[in-house]
Amino acid sequence: MNSTHGTHSPTVLITGTSSDAHTWNLVYLQLLLEEWGRRVVNLGPCAPDELVLASALEHDPGLIVVSSVNGHGFHDGLRLIRVLRSHPRLAATTIVIGGKLGVDGLRNVGQVRRLTEAGYDRVFDDGDMADFRALVSRLPARAVS
Amino acid sequence: MTPVPFGDFVARAQTRGTLVVQPRMGFSDPARMREGLLRTRAADAVTAGTLTLDSYTRVGDLAAARRAVAEGVALNGYPICTHPLRTSRAVLEGLHDSAFPVQVRHGSAQPEHIFSALLALGLDASEGGPVSYCLPYGRTRLRDAVSSWRAGCELLASHGDGAAPHLESFGGCLLGQLCPPALLVAVSVLEGLFFVRHGLRSVSLSYAQQTHPRQDHEAVAALRRLAGELLPDVDWHVVLYAYMGVYPLSRGGALTLLEAAARLAVESGAARLIVKTAAEAHRIPTVSDNVEALETAARAAATATRRPERDAGGSEVYAEARTLVHTVLGLDDDIGRALLTAFRRGLLDVPYCLHPDNPGRARSFIDRDGRLRWADTGALPLSGAAVSAARKVTSADLLAALSHVQRAYDSGGTP
Repeated sequence: MNSTHGTHSPTVLITGTSSDAHTWNLVYLQLLLEEWGRRVVNLGPCAPDELVLASALEHDPGLIVVSSVNGHGFHDGLRLIRVLRSHPRLAATTIVIGGKLGVDGLRNVGQVRRLTEAGYDRVFDDGDMADFRALVSRLPARAVS
Repeated sequence: MTPVPFGDFVARAQTRGTLVVQPRMGFSDPARMREGLLRTRAADAVTAGTLTLDSYTRVGDLAAARRAVAEGVALNGYPICTHPLRTSRAVLEGLHDSAFPVQVRHGSAQPEHIFSALLALGLDASEGGPVSYCLPYGRTRLRDAVSSWRAGCELLASHGDGAAPHLESFGGCLLGQLCPPALLVAVSVLEGLFFVRHGLRSVSLSYAQQTHPRQDHEAVAALRRLAGELLPDVDWHVVLYAYMGVYPLSRGGALTLLEAAARLAVESGAARLIVKTAAEAHRIPTVSDNVEALETAARAAATATRRPERDAGGSEVYAEARTLVHTVLGLDDDIGRALLTAFRRGLLDVPYCLHPDNPGRARSFIDRDGRLRWADTGALPLSGAAVSAARKVTSADLLAALSHVQRAYDSGGTP
């Protein structure tokens, strides 16, 4: 796990999904978010759902970014959001998912709807960087006690 | 016919001046797996066969592998612990002999179950390592991987009855791209030594093609020189991996990159090449994609000749790799414990690797001349000269570096 410290904006928690061993997507997101002035906690690849939940409760992030590129992102992401949203302290946390979520590389409207219905605030297709930046810029700055 | 020891087969080919080429191939369907091996064997090249395993078997989730096989769901590799022994024997029947060794490739940080299964099939060649199959691919604690690999090596070595079990270090890959060559060389040498200390007498050390042909040449020379110094009494060879990072999208670019890898292998004295296919960037390669890659690589290799080692001793790669290896060996007589201490103190540190046991301070970049260099050495025992152009790597730099080789070859050039 990698993390950066020292600003007063809310932490962003970055995580891969339980079955996804890819790292470069997570490293890129960390560098990007740090350049945008965010403090980052990066759980890395193959994070089990319980670890994501425990880390979310520990760090109280203003944003959780789930990134998956191995084609299992839809299934893994659906299971993960149910775990996270079932905890009352994470009911209102902004949680988004993105990457290459299906095995066929095609946008699937039904899958996006099921992911948002299950609790993701946004589902980003591969390359939706402007929208992602806009969302991050709307995160409230707040003093960390 | 009795199977030939893996290391002997490769050594004989190298003596004849022929590069052994090998695919990365695995299918869950036994008939398709057999067809892949048959066509690898029949390819117009000197080939070694590969059984690449699926990711459920890799992580030890054998219940999931059993369910998939029972339900006929296709996996991303051959579930060697799940198919009945007679099924796997039928896959290999008549193929695995004195003209065709078969290696099991798997990706497991804890490989004991895999080694038991391959030994039961009469196979004795595999690959990986306590560092190279742990840090880049998951969350298994490094101390657990070290203890599993210790047991795994001893299991494999105990089947030395007349044969010579073989292990290849995957240390030349790490995260596949952007790791400075000296660290790839050092981890490969250290894992090779780890295998030998735990009983293996035949090993191979790996190196993955990176961004700069001259630097790659120096890296293989450094690997060969360090192996010669530190592994005097065992059989060893160097295996080169065709580029393991973001692969060219164009067919022409992909095959040109593979041909460059094949020439690099021959010119630098590597004995074996693991190929990549023209389909690499798009899908899981078919058997035909693999055969095309094997034959393309063999043709390119045949046009190349061994270059004399002028500067192996003086290269930047050799000097840094030698320092890393000897620093680690000096920490503890037990190499497994030495590796744990080294990562704990930051004396080994894989750039950009997010594993909880990786220090995560070292950073790398592609320098203006195309060489991979350190942007930050963290606590690595390397002199200030190693960070010749220290700089902060931005997200845009990282994206550009990740696709550097892809862009060069897709536009018809070389890096």
